[in-house]
Amino acid sequence: MTNAIETFKLTRAFNGLTAVDKLDITVESGEIFALLGPNGAGKTTTISMLCTILKPSSGTAKVNGFDIVKEAMQVRRSIGIVFQDPSIDDRLTGRENLFMHANLYGVPASEQKNRIDGVLKLVELEDRADDLMRTYSGGMRRRLELARGLIHYPKVLFLDEPTIGLDPQTRDHVWKYIRELKEAHDITVVLTTHYMDEADRLSDRIAIMDYGKIIALDTVPNLKETLEGDVIIIIAQNLDAVVSLVTEKMGLSHSHVVNGTVEVTVKNGKSMLPRIVDAATQNQIFVESISLREPNLEDVFLHYTGRTIRAEGGKEPHGISAIKRRRIR
Amino acid sequence: MSEVRGFYTLWFREVKRYLRDRVRIISSFFQPLLWLVIFGTGVRFSGQIGGLNYQDYIFPGIIGQALLFTSMFMGISVIWDKEFGFMKEILVAPVSRVSIFLGKMIGDSTDAVIQGTIVFILAILLGIKVDPITYLVALPVMILITFGLVSIGLTIASFMGSLESFGAVQSFINLPLFFLSGALFPLIGPGIPEWLQIASRVNPLTYGVDALRTIVLGTAWQPLELQPLYANIAVVGVFDVAMIIIGTWAFNRMK
Repeated sequence: MTNAIETFKLTRAFNGLTAVDKLDITVESGEIFALLGPNGAGKTTTISMLCTILKPSSGTAKVNGFDIVKEAMQVRRSIGIVFQDPSIDDRLTGRENLFMHANLYGVPASEQKNRIDGVLKLVELEDRADDLMRTYSGGMRRRLELARGLIHYPKVLFLDEPTIGLDPQTRDHVWKYIRELKEAHDITVVLTTHYMDEADRLSDRIAIMDYGKIIALDTVPNLKETLEGDVIIIIAQNLDAVVSLVTEKMGLSHSHVVNGTVEVTVKNGKSMLPRIVDAATQNQIFVESISLREPNLEDVFLHYTGRTIRAEGGKEPHGISAIKRRRIR
Repeated sequence: MSEVRGFYTLWFREVKRYLRDRVRIISSFFQPLLWLVIFGTGVRFSGQIGGLNYQDYIFPGIIGQALLFTSMFMGISVIWDKEFGFMKEILVAPVSRVSIFLGKMIGDSTDAVIQGTIVFILAILLGIKVDPITYLVALPVMILITFGLVSIGLTIASFMGSLESFGAVQSFINLPLFFLSGALFPLIGPGIPEWLQIASRVNPLTYGVDALRTIVLGTAWQPLELQPLYANIAVVGVFDVAMIIIGTWAFNRMK
């Protein structure tokens, strides 16, 4: 198995703030690799450097064997990018956008028509291909952008927050396309997301990123396994008392307050559950409800960072970019 | 080869977008019409310049004005592309910034020259004497004039973040260049204050308008021209090269 991407202490700082900190990751050919983290974790900065849009402050990376600093043109020719924000010309038709892209990426004129028909079919936009893109819905625009990223047969496709701002149904659709594209074209996909379900459903491996660093990197099952067990959810009047009870008196190290509940990760949930109730009763803590569930990616994130992915970094788009997104999606 | 194709596709896009914008094309008849009919006729009856009919006199000036305003306005496409994200798609493509700049610039120049052509059509409709040969001779000069002006617009736009700020800066530049170009009245000659003459001489459009007058008015203008046609073309050409270099530099630093 060859590597599609290798980074070597890849670093980028903005005015003294280190957005990406000595990143060392390897993405294998043919896998779907997700960079998961809250907004501001450095995902987009990482992708921007790999796509040669941003120059690293130090360190470097290889994409398809080309150095992102010294061989930027070769890197650009060998990758496809779907940006976080829309990047189509809405006064051209879908097909015209695709032709333009094919020309920009030097696709031979004799092959352009065939390839464009092919990708249009893949994202089921043949019927609308000759309409101006301003008449497209948000989901259709996204699909066309996905199709566009493939026309020049890239070896690696970068997707920056591919389903941000889309409704659940359209997201499902886009996920389906991404998987189909990967199968049909045998490419490597690198995506960033702050949606747990997106990373969970799409990717082979996930790198959890926070404050510019990778804090965990593995397959989804392995990541969940590191939690060693189940999650017990407790609702009580005094949450702090519950936390100190389970950590100090019972010696369970992985407990967090999440959305007005206490979540405790334990090895054997079924046997631990009654013991927590007993211990609480002995210490005059009234437990309103208690339940058990399988761990999910959110727990993995919580486990490594001590925070939920939503809790902080809630930097929603504001100002003109928010208006634009609303207008366009 | 892929550079050429990249250049071509960017040129084609600018022209296609322009031709698709029917409102803009129809409204572009309006402003030159006002100048030629109302301003031109009004001033015609209050005096003459060098024995010329005033309408004939300002006609080449109004071509210059159409070229100037359209060229500068074209910078808006850069802001538009930045705002709607399409600029990213262009900037990450494996095409050099020189090709990107030239494609956009020559595409916008094409649009501006179409605008200049519209003024020619208007002139014929208004009964100003122009023959097709004159138009064909004027065409390369019009193209040359727009290269530099479009480059100014694109350069400024590459630094601007919003449509509003671009509009403000644009009006700062458009009107002085227009008024100081000699499009409406002579600004170089005896009896005109020194400072005004200097201001007019540093304006590149002055030479473009003078060149267009020599072509359109022929022998009637030759005794009045600032300098011979070839010298005017040389000045405009040097200005173009300088602005293209600056514009390419500006596009190079754009993220």
